[in-house]
Amino acid sequence: MSILNSKVPSGPLSEKWTKHKNDINLVNPANKRNIDVIVVGTGLAGGSAAATLAELGYNVKTFCYQDSPRRAHSIAAQGGINAAKNYQGDGDSTYRLFYDTIKGGDYRSREENVYRLAEVSANIIDQCVAQGVPFAREYGGLLDNRSFGGVLVSRTFYAKGQTGQQLLLGAYSAMNRQINRGKIKSYTRHEMLDLVIVDGKARGIIARDMVTGELERHSAHAVVIATGGYGNVFYLSTNAMGSNVTASWKIHKRGAFFANPCYTQIHPTCIPVSGDHQSKLTLMSESLRNDGRIWVPKKQEDAEAIQQGKLKPVDLAEEDRDYYLERRYPSFGNLVPRDVASRAAKERCDAGFGVNKTGEAVFLDFAAAIMRYGKEVAAVEHIENPSEEKIRELGEKVIETKYGNLFQMYEKIVDENPYKTPMMIYPAVHYTMGGVWVDYNLETTIPGCYCAGEANYSDHGANRLGASALMQGLADGYFVLPYTIGDYLADDIRTGPISTDLPEFAEAEKNIQEQLDKLINNEGSKSVDHFHKRLGKIMWNKVGMSRNEKGLKEAISEIRELREAFWKDVRVPGDYNEVNPELEKAMRVADFLELGELFAIDALHRNESCGGHFREEYQTEEGEALRDDENFMYTAAWEFKGDPGKAVLHKEELNYENIEVKTRSYK
Amino acid sequence: MKLTLKIWRQKNAQTKGNMQTYPIDGIEGDMSFLEMLDVLNTQLIDKGEEPVVFDHDCREGICGTCSLQINGEPHGPDRLITTCQLHMRKFNDGDTIVIEPFRAKAFPVIKDLMVDRSSFERIQQAGGYISVNTSGNTIDANAIPIEKEHADESFNAAACIGCGACVAACKNASAMLFTAAKVSQFALLPQGQVEASRRVLNMVEQMDKEGFGNCTNTGACEIECPKGISLENIARMNREYLSASLKG
Ligand SMILES: Cc1cc2nc3c(=O)[nH]c(=O)nc-3n(C[C@H](O)[C@H](O)[C@H](O)COP(=O)(O)OP(=O)(O)OC[C@H]3O[C@@H](n4cnc5c(N)ncnc54)[C@H](O)[C@@H]3O)c2cc1C
Ligand code: SF4
Ligand code: FES
Repeated sequence: MSILNSKVPSGPLSEKWTKHKNDINLVNPANKRNIDVIVVGTGLAGGSAAATLAELGYNVKTFCYQDSPRRAHSIAAQGGINAAKNYQGDGDSTYRLFYDTIKGGDYRSREENVYRLAEVSANIIDQCVAQGVPFAREYGGLLDNRSFGGVLVSRTFYAKGQTGQQLLLGAYSAMNRQINRGKIKSYTRHEMLDLVIVDGKARGIIARDMVTGELERHSAHAVVIATGGYGNVFYLSTNAMGSNVTASWKIHKRGAFFANPCYTQIHPTCIPVSGDHQSKLTLMSESLRNDGRIWVPKKQEDAEAIQQGKLKPVDLAEEDRDYYLERRYPSFGNLVPRDVASRAAKERCDAGFGVNKTGEAVFLDFAAAIMRYGKEVAAVEHIENPSEEKIRELGEKVIETKYGNLFQMYEKIVDENPYKTPMMIYPAVHYTMGGVWVDYNLETTIPGCYCAGEANYSDHGANRLGASALMQGLADGYFVLPYTIGDYLADDIRTGPISTDLPEFAEAEKNIQEQLDKLINNEGSKSVDHFHKRLGKIMWNKVGMSRNEKGLKEAISEIRELREAFWKDVRVPGDYNEVNPELEKAMRVADFLELGELFAIDALHRNESCGGHFREEYQTEEGEALRDDENFMYTAAWEFKGDPGKAVLHKEELNYENIEVKTRSYK
Repeated sequence: MKLTLKIWRQKNAQTKGNMQTYPIDGIEGDMSFLEMLDVLNTQLIDKGEEPVVFDHDCREGICGTCSLQINGEPHGPDRLITTCQLHMRKFNDGDTIVIEPFRAKAFPVIKDLMVDRSSFERIQQAGGYISVNTSGNTIDANAIPIEKEHADESFNAAACIGCGACVAACKNASAMLFTAAKVSQFALLPQGQVEASRRVLNMVEQMDKEGFGNCTNTGACEIECPKGISLENIARMNREYLSASLKG
């Protein structure tokens, strides 16, 4: 028997959440005033949770490392947010969204959580519109939708290419309302460095004020971790420079199990790496695949000519192009899920058909869409016999209104005009499906410690569908966590304030102080980035888009060696009692160096390919992922035992009662 | 590319700062401006010196964290982008580049090029929201049709990233463009009407309290704004303010 208890309520799938909400304990409004909750992270998950908790009456403290809650990396989400509204009348429903998400996740997520997600999704849109989120609209004044990969309906709501920004500003405005009422106290430029456990319950955190450098103790009756994903373990990713695993990793070391660390999403459409100086990678939203066609040359000599700059892509005849996604997956075409699209791009580039200097890029081409839209507009505006020039001009305008900011972003980075020549794209690390294990209530294995948003592992299985992370973050924060946490807090109405003078706080603070001292006084010879980049290389080459046993074993020992070298030889300038970004980075990289090992261990133990986890040993003859449901239909939840290498595996078996488990096919 | 960097160094808010000169070599056109500073910082660390502190996070022009006054212009010479999106191909071999923090009384320097923009936070907290509960017990989203033009304009105002370049660009260090963008986003939507008067009065009052200067319509803010926030928003806010004041 597993020691993991998912606490899924009984009853039919579609009634579980309603029933559960009716069954759980409530805290009366007067008592809520006596209860403090810490929310670490102010992205969509943390920001929305903090706002709702404060609105319900709890005293909330929020923490973020940026100078404003509004700068959390949710701000960067571009393409959109899913919701089963069926506004387009194309057959969408709660069940279909549930089904698509489970299938997209390659049958590795918990059915009941995903169903709940689909169930509350529609309400998110209502909520956001009420808050004044300016979603894209049609001329009739109603909300517009677009399609995303891996689905056959249009259920994605968006605000140009800045959906995350607009949703986060919505959550932030809800927070501001509560800050103004005195119900939220917002700590910015504060980084959580440890969790404090008293009598087996999460009762506070140690945070560092990043301006004064001081360590602070904050207590509460419950702690919510909503600190985002850990993609930066690869050094290069589409995450923000400061995105980190520290909060999740620190609670892991204090007893929270870490689930499926190896499930990472490599996003197919990012701007390719341009050189060694590269500090981050920029995503080109998946929504572009609605209109862009992906191709490489059919002939190797053409690819080489393009690589050497001797041939322009626009000059290559139609019949000499290989629209490989349309060829391999006729029914989903360019809109196959991300993992499938990424692997297909890698396959073509590895075979020598890449199209940039390093041969690590494919084309994303809008020429056909521009002409198609141009003709449409010409017809609507009754322009007779429009010239090709005119059609192109009209079409470019349509593309500009849809994706203007993405095209501008591309042009600024690459210095090429994507209206005139196809974009070059390549897969990059983007999202982490794995994360802190949580039960149905979003509670971790530490009582009173909850986890929401990308930081937890729930809902997306082995692969996340586009536009579903924003949905999950807001579902967790607005609609799930604020209620489930009440069930736990109902026991705390008489506890009274938690003292920060307890020895547990002193012990945690001392630990962190020692780590900071060690780093500052290390007198090593290499910068933090030096180690982070090396870790990234190991991860990308051996634990990246495709993995094998030999590479993973090497990665594990290389990461261990690198970790040792880091502690021996890292140089952190400055002091700890001042603004010190190098020190902040060093603390984060120290945690990445531990997570990286567990990541590789998890990938090594999972002898199958599923979703974003592709093991070369397990594939079909056609190169498609080969799942092993008999042996691996479980969530791997790892328990920390003093060293990442000694982590103990716990399995949560996955049962699908409402969905037929199939081989995923997008052909 | 070989460059000479003149950079503002200041240990903390209490001490005085000064400009220091750093020669740098091997810079490529494909590097972003911040990657150029990364290169400088790695060299400083290797030499045992203190790296230059600057604010940044997303490095794709959306979080509004990065700042920098580059050769006298907030976010540098290019238009409609943030510092993190500026690429070195905009500079020439042999150039001298002067890098300073955003300067404004309401944005005190924290260290080197990092400033404290919490005054912006307080302006938003004063009323930058619609007072609706987040419980989800609201009407269906499509029950409020909104004219596309209004929705789009509201979006354009909401695209402000809160970077503060408008303040840094203004000789009076006025925060009108920022505050107006926030006010406009809600003023253009039916959902925002109910509290419109209170919102504009409270936000403007807070803006004044924070020590931002007056607007004298020079328009420098609009030119330097990386998100193309239009001066029309200021006109709209002035109208809103006037009608709210008249209501008393
Ligand atoms: C470029 C990009 C585009 C994307 N586009 C889409 C899209 O179109 N649709 C979609 O559904 N999803 C998209 N995603 C994914 C989605 O944006 C994220 O998964 C989601 O926003 C994560 O939200 P979050 O609230 O969990 O975390 P985040 O928004 O990352 O917030 C993390 C918060 O935690 C804080 N924090 C972190 N560590 C600490 C610490 N130690 N101490 C204190 N505070 C800390 C940070 O300050 C921040 O406030 C995209 C992601 C990226 C990177
Ligand atoms: S108005 Fe423009 S310049 Fe001012 S804060 Fe907003 S985005 Fe920055
Ligand atoms: S770092 Fe985010 S806008 Fe420049």
